[in-house]
Amino acid sequence: MTTKGIKDKVAIVGMGCTKFGELWDKGVQDLMVEAYVEALADAGIEPKDIQAAWQGNLYEYTAVSAIPTATTLKLDFIPVTRVENMCASGSEALRGACYAVAAGVYDICLALGVEKLKDAGYGGLPAGSGGAGVGPNATAPGMFAMMATRYFSVYGLSPEEGKRALAHISSKSHHNGTLSPKAHLKREISEDDIMRAPIIAWPLGLFDCCGVSDGSAAAIVVRADMAKNFRPDPVYVKSLQIAVSSGEEAGYTDWNYTNVESTYHAGIKAYAEAGIKNPREEVSMMETHDCFSITELVNYEDLQISPRGGAKEDIMSGFYDLDGQVPCQPDGGLKCFGHPIGASGLRMMYEMYKQLQGKADARQIKDPKVGLTHNLGGVPPRCVCSVCIVGL
Amino acid sequence: MVGITSYGAYVPLYRLDRMVIFSAIGWAAPAAPQPGEKAVANYDEDSISMGVAAAVDCLNGFDREKIEGLYLATTTSPYKERQGAGIIATALDLRPDIRTADFTDSLKAGTIALNSAIDAIKGGSAKNVMVVATDCRLGAGAGLAEQAFGDGAAALLLGEKGVIASLEGSYSITADLVDVWRSDVDTFVRTWEDRFIRDEGYMKFIPEAASKLMAKYSLSPTDFAKVAFYGPDIRTHGAIARQMKLTPEQIQDPLLTTVGNTGAASPLMMLVAALEDAKPGDKILVVSYGNGSDALYFQVTDAIEKARDRRAIKKHLASKKQLTSYEKYARFRETLPIELTGRAQAPTASMSALWREHRGVTALVGSKCKKCGTPQYQAQRICSKPDCRAIDQMEPYRFSDKKARLFTYTGDNLAFSADPPAVYGMVNFEGGGRSIFDVTDCVLEELKVDMPMEMSFRRMFRNEAQGVSNYWWKAAPPRG
Repeated sequence: MTTKGIKDKVAIVGMGCTKFGELWDKGVQDLMVEAYVEALADAGIEPKDIQAAWQGNLYEYTAVSAIPTATTLKLDFIPVTRVENMCASGSEALRGACYAVAAGVYDICLALGVEKLKDAGYGGLPAGSGGAGVGPNATAPGMFAMMATRYFSVYGLSPEEGKRALAHISSKSHHNGTLSPKAHLKREISEDDIMRAPIIAWPLGLFDCCGVSDGSAAAIVVRADMAKNFRPDPVYVKSLQIAVSSGEEAGYTDWNYTNVESTYHAGIKAYAEAGIKNPREEVSMMETHDCFSITELVNYEDLQISPRGGAKEDIMSGFYDLDGQVPCQPDGGLKCFGHPIGASGLRMMYEMYKQLQGKADARQIKDPKVGLTHNLGGVPPRCVCSVCIVGL
Repeated sequence: MVGITSYGAYVPLYRLDRMVIFSAIGWAAPAAPQPGEKAVANYDEDSISMGVAAAVDCLNGFDREKIEGLYLATTTSPYKERQGAGIIATALDLRPDIRTADFTDSLKAGTIALNSAIDAIKGGSAKNVMVVATDCRLGAGAGLAEQAFGDGAAALLLGEKGVIASLEGSYSITADLVDVWRSDVDTFVRTWEDRFIRDEGYMKFIPEAASKLMAKYSLSPTDFAKVAFYGPDIRTHGAIARQMKLTPEQIQDPLLTTVGNTGAASPLMMLVAALEDAKPGDKILVVSYGNGSDALYFQVTDAIEKARDRRAIKKHLASKKQLTSYEKYARFRETLPIELTGRAQAPTASMSALWREHRGVTALVGSKCKKCGTPQYQAQRICSKPDCRAIDQMEPYRFSDKKARLFTYTGDNLAFSADPPAVYGMVNFEGGGRSIFDVTDCVLEELKVDMPMEMSFRRMFRNEAQGVSNYWWKAAPPRG
C-alpha cells in the first residue's frame, strides 16, 4: 500500500531539552516548563501561537490525560492530547503534531515528552502488573539480554567476542556523553571496564544498560512553507513512520530473537517515504534506541546500515563512532542521557536538530545532511518502533 | 477388581544434609544430629505444586477425560478456604464435572483419601479417581521436627480396569490422641513429650492396625512382601518394625534418610516406592498414622510390569542438588525475613481475570488454529501465523504436557527473586507455540540455547496483603 506521506510538509523550527539526570529537586512541572520555554524561545514564538499540542509519557505518576500538560503550560483551551506508546511515546507525540500540521488542520503545534522516573523509590524502571497476576518474572534488561544470548548463539560468537562488540558500543556512547552538557552520565568508560562490570541480566552488564533518569524535551512544528519565517535553518521532516508488532514474533516460532521486527518494518517504511535507497550511504547520523547495547547492535542491522550478522565488524571498525561514517548516538544516547520514557524520542530529535544546524559544539559531525531517530517501546517480541528522518 | 491403576511421585530437586542444619543451629538445642538428608521444596514450590508434579507423573499418558474424581490429602494446603484439589484438578486440565475433595488435618489423610476413592469406585460413583498426597510441613528452628521433615508428594490413580495392585482389605482406628498438632494459625508443629508419643501413639496404633487387619483377613506378617508404615524419624521407625516382628527385607524403606518425613504423603510415597519394585502376586501392607491409624492391604497383579515408565521415587531420588546453606533453606521456607525493595512487592491478582483465564493460566491451555494448525500461547482469537490470520478458528490446546526447548534465556539480577538471579527464557514447544517462562530448578551456568525443557507447575508469588498464592507454569530441565 502506498501513502502520500509527509515528506517536506512539516518543519521543526524550535526545540527544547532539559538536562537529564536524577533530578531530585525537579518535578514534572519543572521539567515540562524548562523544555517548553526553551522551545518557544528557539522558535521565537509566543504561547498563544500554539494551536494544538501532543504530550507523551508512560507512567501514570508522571501524567494521566493531557490535563497536567495543559494546566502546567497554561495552554489556552486548545486541543491537547496525551499519547502513550511505551518507550516510543515521545516520538508518538511528535508524530501527532507533525501529522496534524501535514493534514493542514493546524499551522503551529507543540510536541512534548516528559517522564519523572526517579520517584519510584528503587532502581531500574518501575515494575507493574495486574490482570490474572501471572507472567514471567521479567524486566527490560532481561528481555533484551535474551536477544544477546540468542545473537551470540546464532552467529557463533563466544560470550567474550559478543560482549567485546557490545562494550565498544557503550564505550563509544560514553565518550560522546562526555561532550554533551545535558547528559546524565558524563564519564569515559573503557571497553575492559565495561566487560568487567557486574552482570545485570546475563550477558548484559551494568554498562550495557542505559541510565534511568528524569527529563523532558519539546518541539515546535510548523507548515514547511512557512518555516523560514521563523528561522533561516529549519529542519524538515522527511519521514515519520511507526510499526507495531503483529504478534507473530511472540506467538509463532519463525522469529529468531536476533532482531526487532518492528524496527525493520519502520525502517523500510521510513526510507521509502524519505526516498532513501541506500541507507548505509545516505544516512549521515543516527540517534537509535540504545536502551541496551544489544539493542543498538541489532538496530544497525534492522535499519539496514549493517548487513545481517555484520554489525560486529562495523562496530569494531569504528563505523558508528563519532568520527565514523555513520555516527550513532552523537550525544551519548539513552546510554548517557538515561531514558525518561516519554522524553527520549524528542531528546533524540533535539540532537539531530542541533547537529543539522551545526550547533552541536564539541560533538559536531561534519556537514550532516540526513539525520535518523529510532525509538523503541516494549520488548523485542512485542514492541512499537518509530523511525523519523530529518534533513535540511 | 478395584485398585491402583497407575502411580507417580515427586521429590523436589533440592536436598539438605541434616549436618548442614545441625552445624548452623544445633547449638540452640540439645537435639542430636539425625543421619542423612531431607528433600526441600524450592522457593516456588508448595504442597499444591508438588501435588501437581506427582499427578503429572502418575497420569503418564492416561486419558485425562476419563478421570472422574480428584482427592487431595495434605495438612499444608496454602488455603483454609479454597479447595486445593480444585487447583490441582484445574492445573491438570481435568473435566470440570468431577468430584473433588480435600482430606486434611491428619497425617493419615493420605490413606483416608485412598480408602474414600476406592469406596467411590466400589459404590459406582466414579470409574477413575486420582488421589494426590502431598505435604510441606515446618518444624521450628533447631527442633527434631525441623531435621526430620522433608517435602514430597505421591499420586495414585484408582480404578477398575488395568489394576496393578488391587485393594484387598483395610482396617481403621480413630483416636483423638493429641501428640503432634498445629492450631489454625500455627506455622510450626507443636508436640507433646516424645516418649509419650512413642509409647502411647506410634508403638500402639501402627502395630494394632496392622495386626487387626491381619486377623480380619486371616493373614500373618510373613504373608507380606513389603510393609510400608509411617515413622516420624529413623529411630522410632526401627522400634515399630521390631514391635511388628518384621524381617529387614519386609520393611519398606521409609525414605527418612533421603526425603524425610513427608507427613500425609509419607505412606503413599512408600507405597509408590514399593510398587516400583513389586512383583506380581506380592502383598503390600500400608499403615498410616495420625489421630489413629489406617491399614490397607494390596495385592500386586501381572499388570504391574506395564507400569514401570515413571520417575516415581527412584528417578526423583537420583536427580538432586544439594543446598549447602541453612540460610537458603530458611529463605525458601520464608522463615527468615529478607529485606525487600520496592521491586519485590508481589503483584495484585485479579480474581475475576484469573477466573476468566483459569484454563489458560492454571492449565496452560492455549489455542490451536483449526485452519493452519499453529499452536499458540496464550490463546488467540486471530491466528498469529502471518499467512493465516484466520479469525475465531481456534480450539483449545494444552501446552503443559508438551516437550519444549530453550530458545534463548537470561539470568536477571534486577528482577526480584527469592533465589537470584531470576532465570527466564523463551521456550519453543515441540509441535509449535512459544512463550516466555521463568526457568526453575536450574543454575544459569548450566543452561544452553536449545536444551530440552519441560513444564512445571509453580507458585509464582504469594501476595500477603491479598492472602493469595498465585500459580502458573515454569520451564525446568527434565529430571532424568
